[in-house]
Amino acid sequence: MLKTFFLGIALGVAAAAGALYAIPVVDQIREASIVKVAPNGGNSETFHINIPMDRIMLGDAAQAAAIPPGLKWPADEVLANVRTELFKIRNARDAVVGVAVRAAATSQDNNVIDWVLHLPARGSLFVNMDVAPLNGGFRIGEIASGSREFGPLSGFMTERWIENDSNEEDAPAGRIELLATYVGKLEPLETAEAVE
Amino acid sequence: MKYVVSLLLGLLVGAALFVMGLLYNPFVADHGLSPLAVTNAELITLNFANVPAESIAYTNDGESLQEPYPEKVLQLWEGPIRSTSAMATVMRDARNQVAGIGVKFSSDSESTRLLKGAAIVDSVWYVYLPAHGSLFVQQTENYFPFIRDVAFPAWRSAANSWRGNWLGNLTAGPGALGTAAVTGGSGRVKGLRMEGVESMSVRAFSADTGLVSSDGRLIIEMPENPDGIED
Repeated sequence: MLKTFFLGIALGVAAAAGALYAIPVVDQIREASIVKVAPNGGNSETFHINIPMDRIMLGDAAQAAAIPPGLKWPADEVLANVRTELFKIRNARDAVVGVAVRAAATSQDNNVIDWVLHLPARGSLFVNMDVAPLNGGFRIGEIASGSREFGPLSGFMTERWIENDSNEEDAPAGRIELLATYVGKLEPLETAEAVE
Repeated sequence: MKYVVSLLLGLLVGAALFVMGLLYNPFVADHGLSPLAVTNAELITLNFANVPAESIAYTNDGESLQEPYPEKVLQLWEGPIRSTSAMATVMRDARNQVAGIGVKFSSDSESTRLLKGAAIVDSVWYVYLPAHGSLFVQQTENYFPFIRDVAFPAWRSAANSWRGNWLGNLTAGPGALGTAAVTGGSGRVKGLRMEGVESMSVRAFSADTGLVSSDGRLIIEMPENPDGIED
């Protein structure tokens, strides 16, 4: 019986190790990316944010009503001209695929509008926008950095507010449309490919 | 019958021994000393509250250990973001003065390998400091030492809680020395490529409600020779 007990211990260790090795501890749910080839090179991908239902937080000293209710935005003078918003972001199929932060700050010599898009299964993008909007209500910014899938990519992103003109009862007030255009880095061909 | 009982008992003991061996594996190294501890470069030190109720806002899927704050904040229940948390918090400088605002997104990572002592979280910080500009910090964090030293003892204790002093570096990459990659977006840090380390100190933890008393620290090393400036 003691032999069976020791055999059980060995099997228990092996089974626990095998289970931990074979069964993934984390398995992210993925939405298929909807990436298009951009006309002048690179790939483009559209995201949008339905306002107000996708807004997680709006922090702004000038904002009378806090979002979410109960939010206490710090009253410190340092943050007086800083507006920070957190959103859920959706892909072209209207499925939530990630979260994002938009920060806007004004000061005497440095106005800032930044975006960070975080797509859990893919990586993150950091975009530094030009503060002045272009014709048509666009704002454009350069992808300053990225992580994981977006690490080797450069490119730019545009933001645009599109007001909803439908009369549907539960329709959003509008949406923020983000169009990201990714450009990969040029890499030299492998020697064998170069010879061919 | 007695052989079956004996085998089952053995299986349970074996699995328990494996878990103990995993937790107290001497070959799993701690990142005790920050790689930035010996630098001569200028450092930006930012302290922040790590407990959700002390932050500005914190949200997750609503079913995790830490409860979202404020109570009515939108929860991240959709499939692709269910294992993600978002936190907005005040960043304070080394003199404990408000220095700016920080937003952290953290997602459980598929590169987690508990057999190797790696409980990995992919996270990014967006930090806006009016005095310096904006910063983007991307990192992988390893919470295994925290689980081993704090969470597991709390779960094992009769009161389901842990009290003490635990300090550890969470950042495990992507830098070769276990540092985070930091990019400056605006202000005096615009265009700079830097390194950073996030650490956490915990004084109280509950296995039922998560962190009770804890602070975080983000240290960013400015380049000694800022050749990375683009403009």
